This record gives sequence, C-alpha cells and structure tokens, in this order.
Amino acid sequence: MTPADWTTVRLTAQLAAVTTVLLLLAGTPVAWWLARTRSAAKPVVASLVAMPLVLPPSVLGFYLLLLMGPQGPVGQFTQALGLGRLPFTFAGLVVASVLYSMPFVVQPLQQAFEAIPERVLEAAATLRASPWDRFFSVALPLARPGLVTASVLGFAHTVGEFGVVLMIGGNIPGQTRVLSVAIYGHVEALEFADAHRLAAGMVIFAMVVLVTLYVVNRPGSVAAGKRTTDR
Amino acid sequence: MITATLRLPREGFTLDMDLALPARGVSALFGPSGCGKTTVLRALAGLERAAGRIALDDDVWQDDAQRVFVPTHRRALGYVIQESALFPHLDVRRNLDYGRRRIAASQQLVQLDQVVELLGIGALMARRPDTLSGGERQRVAIARALATSPRLLLLDEPLAALDAARKAEVLPYLDRLHEELAIPIVYVSHAIEEVARLAHHLVLMDAGRVVAAGSLADVMARLDLPTARGEGAGVVLDAVVAEHDAPWQLARMEVGQPGAVDFSVWARDQGLPIGHAVRVRLLARDVSIARAPQTGTSIGNQLRGTVEQIADDEHPSLALVRVRVGASPVVARLTRRSAHALELQPGMPVWAQVKTVALME
Repeated sequence: MTPADWTTVRLTAQLAAVTTVLLLLAGTPVAWWLARTRSAAKPVVASLVAMPLVLPPSVLGFYLLLLMGPQGPVGQFTQALGLGRLPFTFAGLVVASVLYSMPFVVQPLQQAFEAIPERVLEAAATLRASPWDRFFSVALPLARPGLVTASVLGFAHTVGEFGVVLMIGGNIPGQTRVLSVAIYGHVEALEFADAHRLAAGMVIFAMVVLVTLYVVNRPGSVAAGKRTTDR
Repeated sequence: MITATLRLPREGFTLDMDLALPARGVSALFGPSGCGKTTVLRALAGLERAAGRIALDDDVWQDDAQRVFVPTHRRALGYVIQESALFPHLDVRRNLDYGRRRIAASQQLVQLDQVVELLGIGALMARRPDTLSGGERQRVAIARALATSPRLLLLDEPLAALDAARKAEVLPYLDRLHEELAIPIVYVSHAIEEVARLAHHLVLMDAGRVVAAGSLADVMARLDLPTARGEGAGVVLDAVVAEHDAPWQLARMEVGQPGAVDFSVWARDQGLPIGHAVRVRLLARDVSIARAPQTGTSIGNQLRGTVEQIADDEHPSLALVRVRVGASPVVARLTRRSAHALELQPGMPVWAQVKTVALME
C-alpha cells in the first residue's frame, strides 16, 4: 500500500463515518415517524427515502450537482452563508452520501420500530414515562438490532458508492478521491496491480462487515438482547 | 368516587355512558366481547380519546368543557392488560423499578417489598420476561403497576390469556390486592366466575351502554339482566364462617350482615377459621323450591323465605324465582311446569333448598 492508498482509505473511512453518524441522527426520527404514523403523507415520505434504491446514482449526482452548483438554489444559499460551493469538496460528498445511503439506514430502523408492540409503549406510558422517555428507555433499546444493521449498512454502502461521488466529487486526492473512484482510476490507467490491492481489500472488508452483522444480530446474542417472541 | 362521562363512536355502536364507581374495592365492567369494556378502560387511562369528562375524586383527568386532558403518563394509575406488556429487554427487577423510579419519593406509598411479597414474585427478580410462565408474567405486570402507588388500578381481562390452572394460580393474589392495599380496582371481564369472586360493584354493559350498575349482590339478584341467564346465574352473598363440623368436614356459613344473620348454609370446610369473612355463591341451578320443609332428602340446606319475583328464563321451559330469606335474596331455576304445579306467587312462603354452596374466600 502506497501513502496515496492510505490517504484514500482514510478519506473513505472518514466520509463513511461522518455520513453514518449524520444518518443515524437524521434517519432515526424519520424512521420512528414512518413506523408510527397514520398520516396520509407516509407513502410519499417513504418513497422519497427509498428513491436512491431505484434511481441510477448518476441521476441523483446530476441533480445534486445542479442544485449545489453556483446557479442552483442550494449553491446560492451556501454561497450567501459564506460557505462557498459544495461540489468537489468533502462536505459536498457528505451531503450526497447522506441522501444516497438514506434508505439503508432508515429502512432497518423503521422495521425495528414497527416490530415493537404498541402495548409495550402504552405500558411505559401508564408507568409514567413521557413520550421522549418512552422512546429512549423502551423503543431504542428494543430497536438495537435495527440500529446495528442500519449503522453497518449505512457505513458499508457509503464506502461502496461510486456514481454519485464521480458526478459531484470528482477525483481530488485527499479531498474527494475515495476508494471506488481510485480503483476506477487505476483500472482506466491499466494499473491492475494497484487496482487489485484496493479491490481485494474491499472484498475482505465487505465480508468482515457482513459476518460481523450476522453474528451481532443473531437471535439471542448479547447485542441483540433477548427479544421475546411477542405473540 | 370515579366518575366518567364518555362518548365515542365505534364501529357498530356508539360508546355512551355515565359511570360512577366507588373509590374503594373492585368494580367490574362485565359484558359480552366487543361491548366497549376495554374502550372504557383505555379512555380512563388516557390511551384512547373519548369525548367527555373523567375524574377520580377531585383529580380531573379529562374535562372537554374545560379543555383539560391529562396525558397517560401524568395519571396516577396502574394498567394491566390481557397479554403481557413486560419490557422484554429488562429483567423482572428492572421491570418493577421502571415505573417506581418515575414517581416522586413522596408519592411512593406502596412498598416494593410489600408488592413483591403480595404477588409472590420474590424468586423471579433476576429472570427475563421470556423465561416466565403466563401466570408469572401477569403477576409481575400487576406488581409493576402497583409499584407506582397508583390511585386507581385498571385490569383488562388480566386472566383471559391464561389456562384454568394459571388462572387459579393468579386469582388468590388478585383477591388479596384490595384487602391489603387501599387502591380501587376497575376490572374488565367477560367471565362471570371472576366477577363473582372478585367484584364488589358491578357494571353490566352491552353495545357501549350501561345496562345495570350496583353492588354485586344486588345486580346478581336481578332476574331481568343477562347475568340471570346461563349457567353462571345465581346470587353472591357475604358470609362469615360460624361453625365447623369436623367429623363431616363441613363448615357452617352465616349469611347476612354483621348482627343480622339471614340464614346459615353448610359448605365444604376449607379450613378457614371461625369469624373469617367469605363470599358464598348459590347458583340458581343448584337451588330448588318446596312448599314445605322436606324430610328424606339429601339436601342439607333448607332456607325458609318468601317468593319475591318470578320471571321467565331464556328457554321457554324454565323460570327464575327469587326468594327473599331474611334480607338476602336467593335465586332458583325451576321448570315452568314445577312453578305452575307449586302455584308459586309473589308473597308466598316457601323453602329454598340449596344443593351446593360455592365458597369464595
């Protein structure tokens, strides 16, 4: 591994970590709302969240580029705030990754929240727990397997993103050159040995992530907590 | 006094009732499945929003006229439902602590030790809910609710999901609740046996309305209500153990109010001491009527009384007869042919023969 490789790996890990944290913070309320609401807006919101699953990454990247570019509304807003433009910056990648990985965080969380029986939350209410209290003392602990899945999938999916990064991040070493883009670059330049180093690393990473996920979320494991099979 | 005026449209009927329940003892809401019993309880708990007013003495939990609606977590109540709602991620001890920790120390009137002892769950403290039996789970759920020192305990068919053996295991604990803790209980059930055993006050419901309400003894003695139909029909009366007949393993129960005994009946001796207060249940199907005291009969309990009312039973061949013995009512189920042959009329002196007396501690 060359120093340039390490820079790329570090940048990729940073991007994935920041994105995952932001997604857990933003995605948890969205998932909770989707799991509990009876609002007519639910299908619309659920569809917006799921869009990146069906949309080609280049389409998402294209529109983000327009939105965040100098003429786009988001771009004008960030410029007005003195933040400059987001495309071809690390911050721009974070914004794009948050949107792109959203369903991988929100959907496992939503499923975990939906699996919590209403009567258990009502019991907490009759035991003097306020809505916030119920969320933190009952809902979150019971949704822990979902939280683990959401974090791992959010992180891994961000590590693996390519199309969106290429569209709005480009290939700037130390700023926006993440692993997938670097591998592409190596292959384009016919540097197969370099490509192999990174690509094989990604294969191992993916395997480790998935095995960890399945072990941690195995029924009856410590992290999953002993969930009763609620009838 | 628990007062509630509730109105809520449901599928098929509108819940529409005025409730006034005594602030002590066990009040049962009894009625067929789907008559709105659970909805009433959920409205009392604030889990369902009916229109109206709910107050526990001077503590107003809901008053639409004043735009008052106290959310569930600010109502000093305990609530236990049919299915266990224990927290699966917490052991029994932390389940019990969950509510107790959320009330001010000055509000902790019920001691946790007392509750644990009362429900016999001391040995379960380190167990996870999924390792408990159904009966154990319900006892823990009741203890968890009581540990918050509620001013009102709401029980929604807490035994319905249990088999007969588990029911028999939990019932004695429920019996002891109101004796040892001065917490009024509202008990929803569609099982007349549970009601007969536990309730002091009975509210009969049907299709969202109150059909009848009053003391258990009064309501059970009425011939015009659904409770007078079916195999469970019969009176439930307060009594005191008065005498043991050790050789025959029988005990004499004096029925009536203290100082005004209406009659005595012999029942199986269950080892209760003399002076112990019990409840006796005389099922209508176990009571027959004679114009004169009988000799040469196996029935040992013959009560002299006066016919008070005769009513038709469900099946056209049957009649229900209420006999007043002293101040206490006894209901008999006869064939109409027998009633006709005996020429029974209100006011007529008769002998009620009681074959079996069910004793409920």
